[in-house]
Amino acid sequence: MSTTPETAVPAEETAGHGDISVGVPGAGAEFGAGSGDAAASATRITPGNALRPEDIALAVSRGTAKPSDDAAEYALRLGDDALILAQRLGHWISRGPELEEDIALGNIALDQLGHARSFLSYAGGAYAKDGKPGKTEDDLAYFRREPEFRSVEIFEQPNGDFAVTIARQFVVSYYQYELYRRLTESTDATLAGIAAKAVKEVDYHRDHSAQWVLRLALGTDESREKMIHAFQVIWPYVDELFRDDELTARLAGTGAAVEPSSLRADFDRLTGEVLAEAELDVPQVKAAPGGGRRGLHSEHLGYLLAEMQVLAREYPGATW
Amino acid sequence: MNDSTAPAAAPAPHTAGNVWPLWEVFVRSSRGLSHVHAGSLHAPDAVMALRNARDLYTRRNEGVSIWVVPADAIASSDPDSKGAFFESPQGKDYRHATYYTKSEGVKHL
Amino acid sequence: MASQPLQSVPAEQTPAQHEQSLEDAARRDAEGQAYFDKVMADDSRIEPRDWMPPAYRKTLVRQISQHAHSEIIGMQPEANWISRAPSLKRKAILMAKVQDEAGHGLYLYSAAETLGQPRDQMMQDLMDGKAKYSSIFNYPARTWADMGAIGWMVDGAAIANQVPLCRASYGPYGRAMVRVCKEESFHQRQGFEILLELSHGTPEQKQMAQEAVNRWYAPALMMFGPPDQDSPNSQQSMAWNIKRFGNDELRARFVGMMMEQVKVLELTLPDKDIRFNEETKKWEHGPLDWDEFHEVLSGRGPCNAQRLERRREAHENGAWVREAAVAYADKQSRKQAQKEFAA
Repeated sequence: MSTTPETAVPAEETAGHGDISVGVPGAGAEFGAGSGDAAASATRITPGNALRPEDIALAVSRGTAKPSDDAAEYALRLGDDALILAQRLGHWISRGPELEEDIALGNIALDQLGHARSFLSYAGGAYAKDGKPGKTEDDLAYFRREPEFRSVEIFEQPNGDFAVTIARQFVVSYYQYELYRRLTESTDATLAGIAAKAVKEVDYHRDHSAQWVLRLALGTDESREKMIHAFQVIWPYVDELFRDDELTARLAGTGAAVEPSSLRADFDRLTGEVLAEAELDVPQVKAAPGGGRRGLHSEHLGYLLAEMQVLAREYPGATW
Repeated sequence: MNDSTAPAAAPAPHTAGNVWPLWEVFVRSSRGLSHVHAGSLHAPDAVMALRNARDLYTRRNEGVSIWVVPADAIASSDPDSKGAFFESPQGKDYRHATYYTKSEGVKHL
Repeated sequence: MASQPLQSVPAEQTPAQHEQSLEDAARRDAEGQAYFDKVMADDSRIEPRDWMPPAYRKTLVRQISQHAHSEIIGMQPEANWISRAPSLKRKAILMAKVQDEAGHGLYLYSAAETLGQPRDQMMQDLMDGKAKYSSIFNYPARTWADMGAIGWMVDGAAIANQVPLCRASYGPYGRAMVRVCKEESFHQRQGFEILLELSHGTPEQKQMAQEAVNRWYAPALMMFGPPDQDSPNSQQSMAWNIKRFGNDELRARFVGMMMEQVKVLELTLPDKDIRFNEETKKWEHGPLDWDEFHEVLSGRGPCNAQRLERRREAHENGAWVREAAVAYADKQSRKQAQKEFAA
């Protein structure tokens, strides 16, 4: 048990980058060092202290983090998953069913984009060979062709209506949670570090999507119908998330990753609990063939990439 | 599902059609400090109000704890009775340590 | 805190009682006005349940809701580029920024609701075209450089307007603006950085940046509102300590700041008449096309219809979701009540 008194307030709290003068008498006091309730404020802002994509990129460029070829390929997979999802979710900002939900989906998109940038920055380190520099997150995001992307198909599925987005999010976040939870113990320190930051965020995504599954499934007749339909649309892509292959077998062997199939039981149990509470059956649908990990994608990914990459490719070599 | 953070029996505020009721949000910026009123938002129920508050009012690390309260559950003092309500303590200097001057200079008092 | 003034229920009254209640109301108004005047003279703050002149309340509702609408509609030109942002870092920044704008809209609606105006009513007025929002968002964001120009110039102008509003006499408005201003400081910087990268990039990138600055310059200056002599509401707002400076004063200061900053960008402002007047110690700029401003404001800008349609579409597409959540909440609280009854 900690012996530190909980009431202790750090002698000095940093104001962070958001510190500006707003010309309000008294408002400045919120920023300053303070103790006791005189410092209470609902608007004190700080950047916090967490592993950022920039930190990974820096470690990679300095050579302090260097992925094995297998780990790099694996990071590419997880990075692509998160990137494609972030691209999809970003579309909701300014289109959500209520303004509060614009912000919620925006937060989830930003979390996913952060994970994508970390994984891709790490993956890029594997390209540093024979004196050539590695690839950056942007090299990988903007200048690979569709067959070079390693994301599985569920991530690129169109947003559809809010129910489809929630169904996709529900599946993905329960999967990612189980995955990242285990990756925190990876023998690859960088993968473990990224997962440790990501798992807390994805935990929140689970909660967000589960709350909405309950509300849509048990809300009105119309919303229930839409939720059931959405799961029918999304569930065929569930299987692909849990398929093992040679790469995952090798990585599981070294303790750097886990076999996707090993996540399935927990996924089924936990999603099953929510579906049961929502009075929904697990959809009985045929699994889609998949193939994303080998670069075989559904018809949707090409359009998504075309839009995402258009500007960067218009000005190759430019910095932004 | 783990909802231990939500009030078990939050009063259901008035709702109509597809309009979500108003909630007042209070944020504790760090341990040891009180919750402070941050603003309001709309949410269908307490569970979602807490989540919306997290997303809206703590995007920049502003908080370690949040309260949400249905806006219509808050009773407030009448501003017209300011005099009757809030002026009585004035003049009661004996409630304050500074009133007692004879002990000045005595240590630890 | 959203709390409407308590309504006295008009019970059945005798003529004498009626007379008395009218007198009481008149006395309350007189006392209220006196207190309000004292608050203004002391430069103190009015809080939601205080007595306030009806025109003060109306002005605030109009101004705060317009401000909120501007944040919400203002999301669109930038959201237009989230999917195409040319680097992942820029994509994250832009997403966070557009999301902030939704947040700022919410802080402001929250402040307006303390005046007794429900948000759904304000939103309906916006969608019905009855409420105004900053006309600048009716211009299209044509290139990536517009993300820079919007951040640097449009957010710059907004901040110049908003910082004094942190001291607005209406407490909830001032507090919302403190929060907005703290968050907004990154918006202008990220815009400036986008332009800086472009102007130091390839010749095509630099040209893109210059063209965006050219396009957004005049609309940004017009964000401060019409010249003071054509802005009768301004005087009243200043008397009420809502506004602290005149439109022209703020605009001139802003021009001065931009003149300094544009040098760092190695770009130019499309106005040959900018000069510092040594006598008045103020910056001056060339004439602005106020006819165009009023045209755009009254709905004939390039994107007015598109912006409102997009807002309506989001609202209508979300109706079944909002309904579902309300229905679920009702069912849950009924269940809870039954449980309590049983126990």
